[in-house]
Amino acid sequence: MPEEKREIVIPSQFLGDVKKNKAGHGTFIENGKIYSARLGILSKREGEEYINVTPLKGRYDPIEGDFVIGIVEEASASSWLVDINAPYPALLHVNEVPWDVEFGETEKYLNHGDSIMAKISQVDVAKKIQITLKDRNLYKIKGGHIIEFEPSIYRRIMGKKYSMIELIQKYTRCRIFVGKNGRVWIDGDAEGIEKVLQAIYKIEREAISFGLTNRIEELLKKDAKDVR
Amino acid sequence: MKSKSDVKLIDGHGKRIDGRMPHDLRKIKIEAGILHRAEGSCYLEWGGNKVLAAVYGPREAVPKHTQNPLRAIVNARYNMAAFSVEDRKRPGPDRRSREISKVISEALEKVILTDKFPRASIDVNIEVLDAEAGTRCAGLTAAGVALADAGIPMKDIPVACAAGKIEGHVVLDLGKEEDNFGDADLPVAISPRTGEILLMQMDGHLTLKEFDEALDLAIKGCHIVSDIQKKAIMSKYESVLEVE
Repeated sequence: MPEEKREIVIPSQFLGDVKKNKAGHGTFIENGKIYSARLGILSKREGEEYINVTPLKGRYDPIEGDFVIGIVEEASASSWLVDINAPYPALLHVNEVPWDVEFGETEKYLNHGDSIMAKISQVDVAKKIQITLKDRNLYKIKGGHIIEFEPSIYRRIMGKKYSMIELIQKYTRCRIFVGKNGRVWIDGDAEGIEKVLQAIYKIEREAISFGLTNRIEELLKKDAKDVR
Repeated sequence: MKSKSDVKLIDGHGKRIDGRMPHDLRKIKIEAGILHRAEGSCYLEWGGNKVLAAVYGPREAVPKHTQNPLRAIVNARYNMAAFSVEDRKRPGPDRRSREISKVISEALEKVILTDKFPRASIDVNIEVLDAEAGTRCAGLTAAGVALADAGIPMKDIPVACAAGKIEGHVVLDLGKEEDNFGDADLPVAISPRTGEILLMQMDGHLTLKEFDEALDLAIKGCHIVSDIQKKAIMSKYESVLEVE
């Protein structure tokens, strides 16, 4: 996370001129001026010409290559419809799964309510989303818990160079998979899961404050003592 | 019901029935993000009006034939609670609330960047809990805050305010008696950054000169309300920033 002061911007706030800067994510241009399009945190780094607004809230916006957690909504003859927390359901074709599925036998493998870890393979202009299970460590989820969080804080949960998530894993000994779409899968013993939950809720509440990793470490350490 | 001649809406000094001067607004209080089920929400008190707005989506529009392959549709639903008025209001959509829903939807559509969400719908529910004249302005203002709180990309935060005429004087933000016994009511919604008019309706009679005066006054009012809106959104998140 950038060290400079975090500034909150609201839609329609003036951010800069097109002559000096370039409009990045979460912004729009009108009459040669750049304005914020959403509620978020301004990131305008020194030496960079792009002005971006990192959203504070909002739906998950699928991007190709993202790893997500999906819940199967419907099985049809040669594909599944999967809810990935985006505005639209994603399509999972039988060719995109690691199993050999006969035509019309999709329900044997994945059914309504099943959860999967998946990768977004394609998003087209009309926002039709395709996902795939053909990648490393992607499979149907058996056991564990799925918790939802605000998709915009994904980066804070992972931390700088995955420091936050590694920290949580170290102290709780849980298996954790964080989907970019605002879902996290946790598997482990009850105490560990409880701790992970506490940590995630704390991150969600204090997502835009500084020194969060240290505070999370404190939280996890304190609990660790109680357990012993 | 009192007849028109019984009430004196404005005295010789320009003081109105509730003690305001002609260019004064009623008291406004806005709070963002108070419903946890909704993606974004807002609670607004404007004089005696109490309005709740909740935003859901963007999500896939249903039924499918309402989808637009190029942009999102905006569904605003204005509803008055049965207990919001003096006599019980028959629940459910009626002609008036359907009209207001439509004009508010169209006003919001103008500011939301709908082309980012093809085939989707953005649903805005506006619930009037307590009514005291000017609920459509209050509803639209609340909807603007709720949309920003939901993180929906938009060009501007829409804001609305009314002006009107009572006993020959053009005044800002009509109260209940002024609305019932006054001569005209002119609700206006604008996009405060550009000054574009998003909604304008008129009830009653105004001369051309009075109309211009009322419109200018209403737009001035909008800018004041807009500042309150922005403060409300900021204050919700600034408190989080301070947690160290």
